[in-house]
Amino acid sequence: MTHSNRTVLVLLDPATEVRPSALELLTLARDLGRVEAVTLEAPTVEVLAQLGGHGVETVHQAELSRDGECVTGDERHLPAVVAAALAAAVRLTDADVVLLPTSFAAKEAAALAARDLGAGLVIDAASVREADGRVVAGKRVFAGAWDTECAVTTDVAVVTVRANSVVARPAPAAVEPVVEGYAVELAPSPVTLVSREVKADTSGRPPLDQAAVVVAGGRGTEGDFGPVVELADALGAAVGASRDAAFEGWWDTYVGQTGVTVAPRLYIGAGISGAPHHRGGMQASQVIVAVNSDPEAPIFEICDFAVVGELAEVLPQAAAEIRRRRG
Amino acid sequence: MPHGPASYGNPMRIVVTAKYVPDISTERGFADGRVVRTAAEGTLNELDENAIEAALQLVEAGRASGAVGADEGEVVVVTMAGPDGDMALRKAFQLGVDRGVRVTGDELAGSDYFGTAAVLAAAVRRLGQEAPVDLVVTGMAALDGLGSVVPTLLGAELGLPTLNLAKKVELADGVLTVTREVDDTTEVLSAPLPAVLSVTDGANSPRLPGFKLIMAARTKQIEVWSPADLGLAADAAGTAGARTEVLVAAPRPPRAEPEIVTDKGEGGIALADYLIRNDLVRPAEETR
Ligand SMILES: Cc1cc2nc3c(=O)[nH]c(=O)nc-3n(C[C@H](O)[C@H](O)[C@H](O)COP(=O)(O)OP(=O)(O)OC[C@H]3O[C@@H](n4cnc5c(N)ncnc54)[C@H](O)[C@@H]3O)c2cc1C
Ligand SMILES: Nc1ncnc2c1ncn2[C@@H]1O[C@H](COP(=O)(O)O)[C@@H](O)[C@H]1O
Repeated sequence: MTHSNRTVLVLLDPATEVRPSALELLTLARDLGRVEAVTLEAPTVEVLAQLGGHGVETVHQAELSRDGECVTGDERHLPAVVAAALAAAVRLTDADVVLLPTSFAAKEAAALAARDLGAGLVIDAASVREADGRVVAGKRVFAGAWDTECAVTTDVAVVTVRANSVVARPAPAAVEPVVEGYAVELAPSPVTLVSREVKADTSGRPPLDQAAVVVAGGRGTEGDFGPVVELADALGAAVGASRDAAFEGWWDTYVGQTGVTVAPRLYIGAGISGAPHHRGGMQASQVIVAVNSDPEAPIFEICDFAVVGELAEVLPQAAAEIRRRRG
Repeated sequence: MPHGPASYGNPMRIVVTAKYVPDISTERGFADGRVVRTAAEGTLNELDENAIEAALQLVEAGRASGAVGADEGEVVVVTMAGPDGDMALRKAFQLGVDRGVRVTGDELAGSDYFGTAAVLAAAVRRLGQEAPVDLVVTGMAALDGLGSVVPTLLGAELGLPTLNLAKKVELADGVLTVTREVDDTTEVLSAPLPAVLSVTDGANSPRLPGFKLIMAARTKQIEVWSPADLGLAADAAGTAGARTEVLVAAPRPPRAEPEIVTDKGEGGIALADYLIRNDLVRPAEETR
């Protein structure tokens, strides 16, 4: 198997937007071989243009049916359905690699597709390359303390990739993607989707799981996320929380092993002690900054820069200074 | 009152899968490409305490409803681990589970997700031969690898409907309904029993071990099964069946000594200065 004839499928679900993580996947995929996208609905014109700019010549759009009936609507995004579409696309295109983002839903779909295909599965890779004809994925484990690499020993590799693993860059030359439908017959589903609701984000901030900069607040905010939001907005950052702050209802998404795992360029934790569960979800960040009134806070053990102080004073001052210096 | 789990009028037999993992507050590492697990630093995967709690609550709800006898219903915990894994089962006993099974064999070392799921499925099937299993409950992730895929694969292996990452669990008339908040989506899903269920850490607050249970857990019998006992082929799990191979595992160099500033009125300016100096602030036009 040579480099140039490797086919790499990238999942694009939903197909109504190209999230930053999808551009990163396309960038990684181009280094591995020819890139094709798989969708479960018709991509929009804007989406097609973006895919073309990233070198996608073919978009495989699954046409789902079960017992002769078309399957449409929310059910298309269920992991079992996404998995069936991916497995069928691999068989159709003889693809060697499937790349997905690392979200909970995508992990489920990846596992089911890999099982169906007899493929090796890597979850939450930070790099993907080819070596001696095999796909080799790098992972950061144990809260970013260890680097590992594993080779996929089967013909097909299914890999979920964490956000911010590479800097997305467009293809040297844009192409015009062609959308090709392909039939996917779904097995009867014992699971019923009662309802599905996607949270509309009107904040204008980047999504937490994909942001290049994250500012997170913890118990030390005492419920007032104003200073956290102010600094985040000065930096164009996403806002996150500790689990304690989220469980208090102060913010809705939290960073950590059971929340969102982030590995941004810059993570700023304010009023967060740095408990092992929290660290497990952010310690792989490139630069870690802490603001905490307790000079003994454990988060200081893993940071690059810290201010010992009251977050309600330090964060707004930093935000104002950034706005001022940037002009 | 017929609401939630209580309306499941039959005694429930539930299997919980629980993993023995290195404690996340200790130094964790690898030797020969495998995770080091020692008795001194190993523990029951904390997230599996939520699975145990969910299982106990379902069994207890049946009893509380009066439809089920006070000694009916059973929670069996299964782990795939070496002998040190007994520690995880003892912890499960302390929480009140009825039985503990450890599946062990040298040939299981180096199992990948698929191998793990195959072994756990075989153990569930064997328990099912004794008496029907109504539900399999798992944690949302093993804190060593954070895969969150074994539950999905286990469900597929058993051919059972799988409801993952439940934050809320309801059972009525043999139908399980879960609410899950994954990524930016809230979903309500339902499936008839028997099923596989994974619960998040938001689903419940695990109970503390009871004194009597702590005493009893010390001497409680652990059942040890081999892959052969489960009729598993030699390459069903372990290194032989793995579809990935660890090439390198290396500790990362420690971070450099941090720069720590104590705020005396200009801490925010020092912070802004650090960010600008290290090129971490994007130009104004890119931030909105
Ligand atoms: C199974 C399990 C899973 C978990 N998963 C996660 C997870 O994914 N993510 C997560 O975050 N947690 C998780 N937790 C919880 C975790 O263990 C900690 O309890 C939590 O992270 C603590 O949140 P915190 O840092 O906001 O609060 P605390 O630990 O209470 O820390 C608050 C900090 O704020 C500082 N502070 C107080 N006032 C000020 C002020 N005015 N200015 C500046 N600093 C101030 C204090 O000095 C302190 O360091 C999990 C726990 C369990 C059991
Ligand atoms: N070796 C194991 N023994 C028992 N249960 C396991 C094992 N590995 C994974 N599990 C179960 O699967 C869940 C998710 O694990 P994972 O997919 O590895 O993150 C855990 O919370 C456990 O309930």
